[in-house]
Amino acid sequence: MNTRGLYTLFYKELLRFYKVALQTLLAPVLTALLYLLVFAQVLEQRAEAFPGVSYSAFLVPGLVMMSMIQNAFANSSSSLIQSKVTGNLIFVLLAPLSAFEFLLAFVLAAMVRALLVGLGVCLVALVFVPVPLHNAGYVLLFAVLASAALGALGVIAGIWADKFDQLAGFQNFIILPLSFLSGVFYSIHSLPGFWLTLSHLNPFFYMIDGFRYGFFGAADVSPALSLAVVALFLAAIGALALALVARGYKIRN
Amino acid sequence: MTAAIEINAVHKQYGATQALRGVSFSIARGEFFGLLGPNGAGKSTLINILAGLTRATSGTARVAGHDVVGEFASTRRALGVVPQELVFDPFFSVREVLRIQAGYFGLGAENDPWIDELIDALMLTDKAGANMRSLSGGMKRRVLVAQALVHKPEVVVLDEPTAGVDVELRKSLWAFIQRLHRDGHTIVLTTHYLEEAEQLCDRIAILNHGQLAALDSKPALLARGLGKVLAITTAAPLAVVPEALRAKVKSRKGNTIEFELDIARDSIGDILEALRAAGAVITDLHTQEPDLEDIFLQITHGEK
Repeated sequence: MNTRGLYTLFYKELLRFYKVALQTLLAPVLTALLYLLVFAQVLEQRAEAFPGVSYSAFLVPGLVMMSMIQNAFANSSSSLIQSKVTGNLIFVLLAPLSAFEFLLAFVLAAMVRALLVGLGVCLVALVFVPVPLHNAGYVLLFAVLASAALGALGVIAGIWADKFDQLAGFQNFIILPLSFLSGVFYSIHSLPGFWLTLSHLNPFFYMIDGFRYGFFGAADVSPALSLAVVALFLAAIGALALALVARGYKIRN
Repeated sequence: MTAAIEINAVHKQYGATQALRGVSFSIARGEFFGLLGPNGAGKSTLINILAGLTRATSGTARVAGHDVVGEFASTRRALGVVPQELVFDPFFSVREVLRIQAGYFGLGAENDPWIDELIDALMLTDKAGANMRSLSGGMKRRVLVAQALVHKPEVVVLDEPTAGVDVELRKSLWAFIQRLHRDGHTIVLTTHYLEEAEQLCDRIAILNHGQLAALDSKPALLARGLGKVLAITTAAPLAVVPEALRAKVKSRKGNTIEFELDIARDSIGDILEALRAAGAVITDLHTQEPDLEDIFLQITHGEK
């Protein structure tokens, strides 16, 4: 195992987003805050999603998880596509790093960015809305698993895309709809039958629902089911990403 | 002792295109080796296979005795590649880029003195803290060389390292590469500047259409084929070229006639004799040795 090589690639990826922190850390926090202010203002009068939980409080974990999902994906996918388009991915490909080390470094860096953004959204939201904490372990577990899964999905998208346009397509037509239609802004029990069924097929829903359980001790489905789905999703996406990197798909001709 | 590079029956197919068609050769440790060929001959594909950037369709390649696929980590530690494209990471400074590259190879602060030496030797000291974006093309090229050497590889492959580089930098780069060679590194060079290969390389391979068209020591390669040119000036234009010499005439212009000699068969004395017998008064003569460009064009049929 080339531990220092793995650490160096991870550290390089951290530096990459840290050097543009305004765009990679602060902007997503501001976006989430705007969602919170607007949606909470408009929808506060709606019925409580869970007994004793205000709409604003309900909204906070969803926004935190959505920000983490989008930023974990954005970090690994944008780094890879940039390196591919500019050609500097060659420096990593020439190094004695295994497929696993390569993937792990990108995923870990994506997780760090996602967790920093998640923490930022959480802290800023708490200034405006009090949110209880039922079980910190669940909160952390879902945050880690979800950001790892999206980091790995970002690696897949970054490897697959040949140009920025294709990556934007992946982001706008897959990640964004799945994260909006996952119960961030509502409890899926308020949806009509067809959309309710469809939501159950969306892995992002389980990420948000399990994460939310950690705050309120209440959720749309059992947290054990959410945990199982998210863990399986991570395993499947991670295995696919590893297979693509090991095969050199689109990166080693 | 194992060879620095061993290439055995390597084929590479891209869709319907056969980039390499069964290339085999080896490069001994400590050689300065030239890999030449026209555009599209398969040089970069071969280098990419050695570096693990491309996988061969069939055949094997070894660097310092390690298989490039099965023992990729050992191969990459033994190999430093200066890529043809002027690529760089716009997020980092020169020193950061070199430290990061060393880190990929498992090297930490203990490697910093070597990084300082590289920065100094490649005249990058003033720019060590500058962002890569702010460097000129020549500076970026030097950083690429430093990046390839950051882990002190045994074998250094330079893919067109002087393309688009000014004369001064080219000279300083060659001085540096020659120093590496003296220090015991095996150097593999591809270049379009044939006089460069002629000046620097001990042995030269010429690839053409994905096949090895020639592989020989530089003197043996230069001694091949067309041989030297003999130019003779006579007092008056020759009315008739003697029958025996007609096949050797390369050109005629005024009083000067050029003959192309086959080094193995023709003697200058016989030609002069035949001309004198035909009544020619010889006032001047000079010979021109074949250069690598002639050999290259002959082997590749004029493709470049």
